[in-house]
Amino acid sequence: MLQAGARTDGAGAAPPVEVRNLRKVYGDVVAVDGVSFRLEEGSVTALLGGNGAGKTTTIAMLMGLVIPTSGEVRVFGVDMVRNRHAALHRLNFESPYVEIPMRLTVRQNLEIFGELYGVIDVAAKVRQIAEELRIDDLLDRLYGKLSAGQKTRVSLAKSLLNDPELLLLDEPTASLDPDTADWVRSVIEAYCRRRSATIVLASHNMAEVERLADRVIMLERGRILADETPAELIRRFGRETLEEVFLDIARRRSPATLDALRSTQ
Amino acid sequence: MKAKLYPQTGVAASARRIRSMVRRHWYLIRSSGPRTAELIFWPLVSMLMWGFLQSHLAQTTSLAAKAAGLFVGGVLLWDILVRSQLGFSVAFLEEIWSRNLGHLMMSPLRPIELIGALMLVSLIKLTVAMVPVATLAYIFFGFNLLSLGVAFAAFFANLVIMSWALGLISTGAVLRWGLGAESIAWLIVFLLLPISCVYYPVSTLPTWLQPVALILPSTYVFEGLRGLVLEQTFHGDFMLRALLLNVVYVLGALLVFRALLESARRNGALVQLGE
Repeated sequence: MLQAGARTDGAGAAPPVEVRNLRKVYGDVVAVDGVSFRLEEGSVTALLGGNGAGKTTTIAMLMGLVIPTSGEVRVFGVDMVRNRHAALHRLNFESPYVEIPMRLTVRQNLEIFGELYGVIDVAAKVRQIAEELRIDDLLDRLYGKLSAGQKTRVSLAKSLLNDPELLLLDEPTASLDPDTADWVRSVIEAYCRRRSATIVLASHNMAEVERLADRVIMLERGRILADETPAELIRRFGRETLEEVFLDIARRRSPATLDALRSTQ
Repeated sequence: MKAKLYPQTGVAASARRIRSMVRRHWYLIRSSGPRTAELIFWPLVSMLMWGFLQSHLAQTTSLAAKAAGLFVGGVLLWDILVRSQLGFSVAFLEEIWSRNLGHLMMSPLRPIELIGALMLVSLIKLTVAMVPVATLAYIFFGFNLLSLGVAFAAFFANLVIMSWALGLISTGAVLRWGLGAESIAWLIVFLLLPISCVYYPVSTLPTWLQPVALILPSTYVFEGLRGLVLEQTFHGDFMLRALLLNVVYVLGALLVFRALLESARRNGALVQLGE
């Protein structure tokens, strides 16, 4: 019996992500402090915040790599603390900070990841995705010999092998030149439109967030400071760009900022 | 073309994921001549050194002449334990060195499947290392490991199972404490060298240390080898005791690995591994 890459385990009606009162404490440090949100199918949500705001810990808890101190994380209705393997084939992630084995060729790497996700006819899927992401000429080269831009494209190809319904992207365009970064954003937009995939994006590039995200969750010291659309956030802070809003919040620069934050909370 | 996926649960799904992990490591072994040579290098050096020492002693003492094959057999069996444990642990370390563990932990690969793959990879590496060395032991010193027959199968199985228990504990430690615990993976087996009585009988040890030796499966293997070479007697009871100990150790090591993995998920160590 074959199954499509989507909607298995009888959890089809559940939202892609549901987080309730999530809290993570490491010793004396509160990394995430009572975070709750729910993501709708097909949405693109950016998790923003300065260093140490709790983005990475939150994403790690979404993936089930970190167990929360308290609270609940459900992905497609699956409890990610106790039963994460029931959902993992429906998601994928990409990060420039997690490498793909260097001494294997791009094709070997993609085929192995495809097999791990249970992709049927993995060779055909690799050919298709290589064409879409313009890496067909790289397939027989060692991953470790590629440039940063080429590696990012391969890493993105890896993250799309199973046509994930939930895609977690951690700074997907970090260290890319503007042209390649723009192209990567186009690929993400096209994928999201084509598959109605839900995307969680962590990025420090505010222009990227404005372009891709329809919702921004701003974190500071593990708490949600703001949760709205980029346009609403910009309007409420009386600024012109999301970057200005981010700097206002990070530096608590004006009384208006504090008022805006209070009205959010 | 939308990706169609095989069912994610069941034996076939697990076998497929294990096979893909073994393929990955087979590609790694194939891709580096120096690494493959390294697998053979130390077993070869040890075998030659002990072989020549034994040849010299055989010419000068009657006991050593009677015990022909004891040193070479001992070193070959000891290397089965060492290479198998290192094969298991280093395959896991490769995932951390290449900063790939995050991808694996995020994929549908289950921990028990990762362990299964590491066991198979250890057998492949063991074969790559030991077949040439055992062949050279026959050519240089006339010692044929396979001539031990059923006894060799029992020795081999017990040493390999013991190596997996050691591999599980060392990889669990690396998961929990990161690369700071890497040295455990390299050294753990050598802690057991003096008390496994590879080249001397258990009675040589101080009385207080002998009970420790007797809770190691490896001790029974080397006692068994001496019985075979010196008395031409196969001690099946030794092998049974080693097997029972191995069952206990592997089950215990699986529990330890699971506990350390959970602990790593609790303290965020999985996110920081390789960094």
